[in-house]
Amino acid sequence: MELLGNQILAGVATGAIYACMALAVVMIFQAIDQLNFAQGEMAMLSTFVGWQLMQWGVPYWGAFALTLLLSFAGGVAIERLLFKPLADAPILTHVAGFIALLAILNSVAGQTWDFTIKQFPTPFGWSPFLGSKLISTHQAGMIGVTLVLLALLYGFFQFTRIGLAMRAAASMPESARLVGINTSWMVALGWGMASAIGAIAGMLIAPVVFLEPNMMGGVLIYGFAAAVLGGLSSPLGAVVGGFLVGVFENLAGTYIPGVGNELKLPIALALIVTVLVLRPHGLFGRAVVKRV
Amino acid sequence: MISIQTLRCAVLSTALIALTATAALAQKKYDTGASDAEIRIGNILPYSGPASAYGVIGRIEAAYFKMLNEQGGINGRKINFISYDDGYSPAKAVEQARKLVESDEVLFIAGALGTPSNSAIQKYMNARKVPQLFAASGATKFGDYKTFPWTMGWQPAYQSEGRIYAAHLLREKPDAKIAVLYQNDDFGKDLLKGLKDGLGDNAAMIVAEDSYEVAEPSIDSHIVKLKSSGADALVSITTPKFAAQALKKAAELDWKPTYFQSNVASSVGGVLKPAGFAIAQGVLSANYAKDGADAQWDDDAGMKNFYGFLAKYAPDANRADGAVVYGYGHAQTVAQVLKQAGDNLTRDNIMKQAANLKDFAPDTLLPGITINTSASDFHPIEQLQMMRFEGETWQLFGPIVTAEIGG
Amino acid sequence: MSALQDLVTDVAAVPATPTKSLRLGMLASLAVLLLLLGAPLLLKSFVIFQITMVLIYAIAILGLNILTGGSGQVSLGHSAFYAIGAYSSAILIEHYDVHYGLTLPVAGVVCFAFGFLFGLPALRLSGVYLALATFALAIAMPQLLKLSVFERWTGGVQGLVVTKPDAPFGLPISQDVWLYGVTLAIALAVYLTAVNLLTSRSGRAMMAIRDNEIAACAMGVDVALYKTLAFGISAGITGVAGGLGAIAVQFVAPDSYTIQLAIALFVGMVVGGVGWLPGSLVGAGFIVFVPNLAEGISKGLSGAVFGVILILVIFLAPHGARQIATRVQHWMHRLRSK
Repeated sequence: MELLGNQILAGVATGAIYACMALAVVMIFQAIDQLNFAQGEMAMLSTFVGWQLMQWGVPYWGAFALTLLLSFAGGVAIERLLFKPLADAPILTHVAGFIALLAILNSVAGQTWDFTIKQFPTPFGWSPFLGSKLISTHQAGMIGVTLVLLALLYGFFQFTRIGLAMRAAASMPESARLVGINTSWMVALGWGMASAIGAIAGMLIAPVVFLEPNMMGGVLIYGFAAAVLGGLSSPLGAVVGGFLVGVFENLAGTYIPGVGNELKLPIALALIVTVLVLRPHGLFGRAVVKRV
Repeated sequence: MISIQTLRCAVLSTALIALTATAALAQKKYDTGASDAEIRIGNILPYSGPASAYGVIGRIEAAYFKMLNEQGGINGRKINFISYDDGYSPAKAVEQARKLVESDEVLFIAGALGTPSNSAIQKYMNARKVPQLFAASGATKFGDYKTFPWTMGWQPAYQSEGRIYAAHLLREKPDAKIAVLYQNDDFGKDLLKGLKDGLGDNAAMIVAEDSYEVAEPSIDSHIVKLKSSGADALVSITTPKFAAQALKKAAELDWKPTYFQSNVASSVGGVLKPAGFAIAQGVLSANYAKDGADAQWDDDAGMKNFYGFLAKYAPDANRADGAVVYGYGHAQTVAQVLKQAGDNLTRDNIMKQAANLKDFAPDTLLPGITINTSASDFHPIEQLQMMRFEGETWQLFGPIVTAEIGG
Repeated sequence: MSALQDLVTDVAAVPATPTKSLRLGMLASLAVLLLLLGAPLLLKSFVIFQITMVLIYAIAILGLNILTGGSGQVSLGHSAFYAIGAYSSAILIEHYDVHYGLTLPVAGVVCFAFGFLFGLPALRLSGVYLALATFALAIAMPQLLKLSVFERWTGGVQGLVVTKPDAPFGLPISQDVWLYGVTLAIALAVYLTAVNLLTSRSGRAMMAIRDNEIAACAMGVDVALYKTLAFGISAGITGVAGGLGAIAVQFVAPDSYTIQLAIALFVGMVVGGVGWLPGSLVGAGFIVFVPNLAEGISKGLSGAVFGVILILVIFLAPHGARQIATRVQHWMHRLRSK
């Protein structure tokens, strides 16, 4: 029984990592209606930027803020330079573009900072949270930040003009243009915000998994899984999805006899596909009604 | 008048001249890839893809041969080190091996990395009778001189490492309850096998084993699970990132087992420092090489050579990176084989010389550990020494152990 | 996900081939075929091996193309079917002493079955959701291959070494040339079958689904059947390629069939042009040769150089090789009509 509790808590802690990444995935999906396969590497690069700033002596919060700004600018720049010229290309060509971007960022980070792992500081500390050894203050802090981000995003998309405009631009670009929304800049803005959220995710995840060029590979897969499970159009769904995946994966690994441990990830993925088959638009997603 | 002595002298010198002449004729023998001017060596490493962390080995090796060339080469010949990328894909490794052998016409291939890539090219290399020297993998199968006389490993077999931990446990803590965390690949499974073989009849001492995949972002839950088994010893068969995570999580859970850390992730600068020196106190491991970031070697003659080399030929390389130390020692061994081969640069002789290394000690190996091979011993490094982490350095203890793996 | 369905309809914007230039296409195909037939006479055996690998990947990409270009379903997980095909062949050859030629159809059938079964749940998914499900399959595959339960057959993490076949009847040609011939023959057969399939009733049904599922349904096309069939056929073809790959490389291991391979196949399809079958050969050439080119430019940054080349290619030809072919055709046409 103790093991069950421990595994659930550990799952929640890991789930926070996925939830954080899933938020960035949802953000970009809201802007461009696609999954960005380079998102993990973008977050990794942002985290390296933050690390480098701290190496140069910038204090944590200064580096944090500066990294967010730089990441936002970087995201916008990537959209303007790479994907805007491809606006008329088929979607699959965009996916190939994401793959190219992923290869470039990973290789450049490896060349610049090499592949040894690096410690990334946390502002929350590592002491036990509320006396529990299973969850540290950093992990609690990460859950807290994720929830705050969720609230901010929800507010942004529901209540601000620009958030609404962005949603309109993504789901019905032509109609949005007709009502005077600059859809092109909406997309760039979406890239910038997704990149900044990715940077936050990266800087919160790095203290747990250690910073190195491949640190986001696995995280992004889980982030995708979480976002899709929750429904790509819902930030709340992404966060819930993240925690669900984290907990379920641990329970499957611990309690399914025989192959559970060897197949932790495949079992988690199979479950997600099953959920999708039953609810093709995720747990919290809205079904898109097709017009003929 | 010619004295008998002079005559004898003349006869002797004629004989001597004749002898050296035949010797010189016999000595200058070449196979494809070698000539009076240069020796071509092939190499395959993952410069791109998931294992690109090891690409640095190739850069160090290339730099080492560049240094040798600037110093005049080996026996007057320049080394042409041709290294290709296989992205850690066996199919690509085969393509690159064939390119090296058939198109670049190298004398031999040295230091292809990874068990899958080396397994994939092993049959081809042996069919072609081109040496596959010093495969960068700890799999036991790269020392099988009977079936694959053209293939040789380099580093200690993962299985020997497992046996050494088993021996330590049986000696120091015979009532231990052992938990094992291992990476689900050839490295993890081989080391685990060595551990189990070493424990022999006492294999039941292992109360829990858990494997993880490299795709997992965090391995925290495995540690939680292993702790709940009640084990009081943990063998962490992990690569650097996961090793650091495991150390940190165990400390967070306040779990203090007798902790064994596999050699590949025992780097002071690459693992223990990022994980935190405080939580790494008392960790046990075994090693054959000196740690590039361990201060205790600062005055070591061999490591001074190494640091000097880095400063001049690879100034941006990170000496805390185990792969950097590895590449240097590896290249030095290749150079030694070429030195021994002299002017007889046939593939046959290269293999013969590789199997004839006697007490060779590259700069980066621990004091007392040497490379020895013979026609029936294709495992160059077979010795390891136990060590314990104290303060900010590894303290070696106990005897140097030779763990020969049968078969 | 309307966006993802656009992708293939987009391609239709490329003008349909005028009958006159069909002859040109024919000529080009013949020229390529002659080059491929003549290759063993002129080239070193290692280059022949390389071209064999190109042909094998071309078959795999062709399989993917039938799914994505033919029926509009996206897959980022075709490495999984390639792996199943490779292991089917390897296990049959090494453990059961089956003749390698017989293992290839078996690999195809096994993969057809897997693909068809996977196609059933995939029916409910579209766009990014399907992409993610297939992506998940590609990630799970190496772990499934490592499973200790199957280790007796698969060799677990160590993999299996496969014996390369000699030329039969004592023909005086090397193993490489023989395997090249076999691969070329299979590639041709698969290509012709695929072309015929796409122009047949079933092919038109698939393309109708791709262009507008609801309309196709209204016209009486059994949408579910054709979509799963497309999945099965696609997986089957990729499986044959996997089997050939195992024989050519002489080795199978879980690490050979990671997500990297799935991504490579996908990139090959995009570079060749989605839905344009001859493009598969171009795409395969891209994924075999461009990494070599990239590392030749920079070892440390080979990944980045590859990425930059890929971006340049998609900037110049967003519709892949198909776009270039159509443009060339167009110019030739204009030249002739002048």
